[in-house]
Amino acid sequence: MPKIIRINAGVPQVMDDDWELVRAAELASACEPHRKIVPLSYFRSMLEEHRPSNIQAVWISPDDDFESLVPELRSMKVIAVDFPTFRDGRGYSVATLLRSRYQWDGELRAIGDVLRDQLNYMRRCGFDSFAVRADKDIDDAIKSFNHYSVKYQGAVDDPLPLFRRRGGL
Amino acid sequence: MYQYDEYDEVLVRERVSEFRDQVARRLSGDLSEEEFLPLRLQNGLYNQKHAYMLRVAIPYGVLSSAQLRMLAHIARRYDRGYGHFTTRQNIQYNWIKLEEAPDILQELATVQMHAIQTSGNCVRNITTEQFAGVAADEILDPRPLAEILRQWSTLNPEFAFLPRKFKIALSASKEDRAAVRMHDVGVYMHLNAAGQKVLRVFAGGGLGRTPILSSQIRDDLPWQHLLSYVEAILRVYNRYGRRDNKYKARIKILVKALGVDAFAAEVEQEWLHLKDGPSTLTEDEYERVAHFFRQERYEQVDAHDPTFERQLADNKRFAQWVKRNVREHKVPGYASVTLSTKPGAGVPPGDVTAEQMEHIAAWADEFGLGEIRIAHEQNVILPDVRLRDLHALWYRAVAQNLATPNLGLLTDIIACPGGDYCSLANARSLPIAESIARRFDDLDFLCDLGELSLNISGCINACGHHHMGNIGVLGVDKDGEEWYQVTIGGAQGNESALGKVIGPSFRAEEMPGVIERLVETYCQVRVEGEAFIDTLARVGAEPFKANVYHHAV
Repeated sequence: MPKIIRINAGVPQVMDDDWELVRAAELASACEPHRKIVPLSYFRSMLEEHRPSNIQAVWISPDDDFESLVPELRSMKVIAVDFPTFRDGRGYSVATLLRSRYQWDGELRAIGDVLRDQLNYMRRCGFDSFAVRADKDIDDAIKSFNHYSVKYQGAVDDPLPLFRRRGGL
Repeated sequence: MYQYDEYDEVLVRERVSEFRDQVARRLSGDLSEEEFLPLRLQNGLYNQKHAYMLRVAIPYGVLSSAQLRMLAHIARRYDRGYGHFTTRQNIQYNWIKLEEAPDILQELATVQMHAIQTSGNCVRNITTEQFAGVAADEILDPRPLAEILRQWSTLNPEFAFLPRKFKIALSASKEDRAAVRMHDVGVYMHLNAAGQKVLRVFAGGGLGRTPILSSQIRDDLPWQHLLSYVEAILRVYNRYGRRDNKYKARIKILVKALGVDAFAAEVEQEWLHLKDGPSTLTEDEYERVAHFFRQERYEQVDAHDPTFERQLADNKRFAQWVKRNVREHKVPGYASVTLSTKPGAGVPPGDVTAEQMEHIAAWADEFGLGEIRIAHEQNVILPDVRLRDLHALWYRAVAQNLATPNLGLLTDIIACPGGDYCSLANARSLPIAESIARRFDDLDFLCDLGELSLNISGCINACGHHHMGNIGVLGVDKDGEEWYQVTIGGAQGNESALGKVIGPSFRAEEMPGVIERLVETYCQVRVEGEAFIDTLARVGAEPFKANVYHHAV
């Protein structure tokens, strides 16, 4: 079974991934959606066609207009955000919005070109699970969470910027 | 100047250790060059023509003497004995070994310096003007907010992988000396009618292949909202900026595509969610940071120093230097001194040797308050010198080839490193600068010409800000040969303008002649006391073009 990193009670851990990522909408339609993460576009088409579905998890591409579906997304078990390349930083803003503006408090997963040196940024933007790119050593990647103890600015993980705590020292 | 506390110290150390690990993984092959690229760029490391180049951050251009001594040490120990001050008020070293980069960063950390985000698609070094805090025409000191913005942008998790680089400048004087409107975001701080600190925010400026001056998107923003407002701008840009084409990825293209009003409306809408949130700045934080910049060591001295006035009267060369390179200070009895890094042919603009750096650091301690500034024109400034010490300083600066009285004159050339070093360049910049400096080596003639800015870029990326020069030179490649395109009419400051191309480009050897023809036309048609840029505005470009192309081979 593939592995993911998940933050459990503040501690990143490598664990089995009990979800299957379905990349293409055509494949999603061919399968029972149980324990599958399907494309947002597929979920949207099901809604538009008023077809019943048991979709429990979707993944959002940075091009998707997810904000128009926020009320419907609340019933998901997992929302994943895709990083088509690790240089595409739109997913950080998507995650920030899902967590801070739309109060998504379920699992928020980073998928796609997810590399070790981005994990800390992703965590700070509210991701709590990480499907590290398959060709990379996940046990190696997990070490990267410990590099920083100082955060200047507020983010999803801690909205209070350092300047609001600094005086207290 | 700003002093790190335990938090800042720890963060910089953590950054060094992270980068040491990344370099080790690159060297072992765990990281591919493609994966390593954005990591090393965000640590200031480029892979250039001959070697790695390291760009060290000089936040808002402010340095202590101890920091400058460290920069000299780095130049000697890890490079070839010099560094290059850039148009972003940073310093670059051109001959760095990848293996040694983490050691350099570790040494820099001991004097509270780093190379974080001096490159890459993230928020770059925040800039302001070289006379911040000492300028007589200053309305507010921009440095506290610049430092606050530096901290906010440092390792900001949401904005580390933007569509393109992102540059922010602040100005808070009557005269804009920070080229604010050529930045992605520019902020003018001022006091409103009620005496409150407010911000006028511009967005969508930038040079490069599509040069655009930024547009105002907001006025009268209370300073407490600086971070949330910039966050709103960056979020809109991060989400909607183009990523399909590197050359269309800057925020200026987004602002242009949406229209400035629609862009401003998007930002306002985003900001409404952030307004009054936890990133709203507090008076306490402003005061904490501002405290470090308040200079309390000024002596009570007379505004007129009889010795200094006698020295001025006795020594024409000294007087000439004072007139050109020494500037009024807000504290009586003090002045700000610009040490020109452009003594003429033979020294690339902005290049300073380790030995010169050590001398400058010593002068900052002896004659000033231990502080040094870097200007975006690539000169070095001693901001606080007592009038009575100016002569002694001048005498020593002359010996170090740092006292050329050419500030703001034709030979105060801004130039990027160009094809001699940069792997992006289409043509060399430094030999052009050199040939022009050689042709115009008569100081009396240059003084008579007066204010005239000349900027040279070796490629369309415009690191030499050629669009902003009264005369701009852009290196272009035509079938593998170096050619130079000339623009005139560019200007920085309150009347910022972008230069316009005068016609077909020239060969390198023609360039001094072209500049000579432009200058000649100016001398023929100017009226008494009129600057080059004003003559051009009055008579138009035609007489200049006619003279240049009439003589062209």
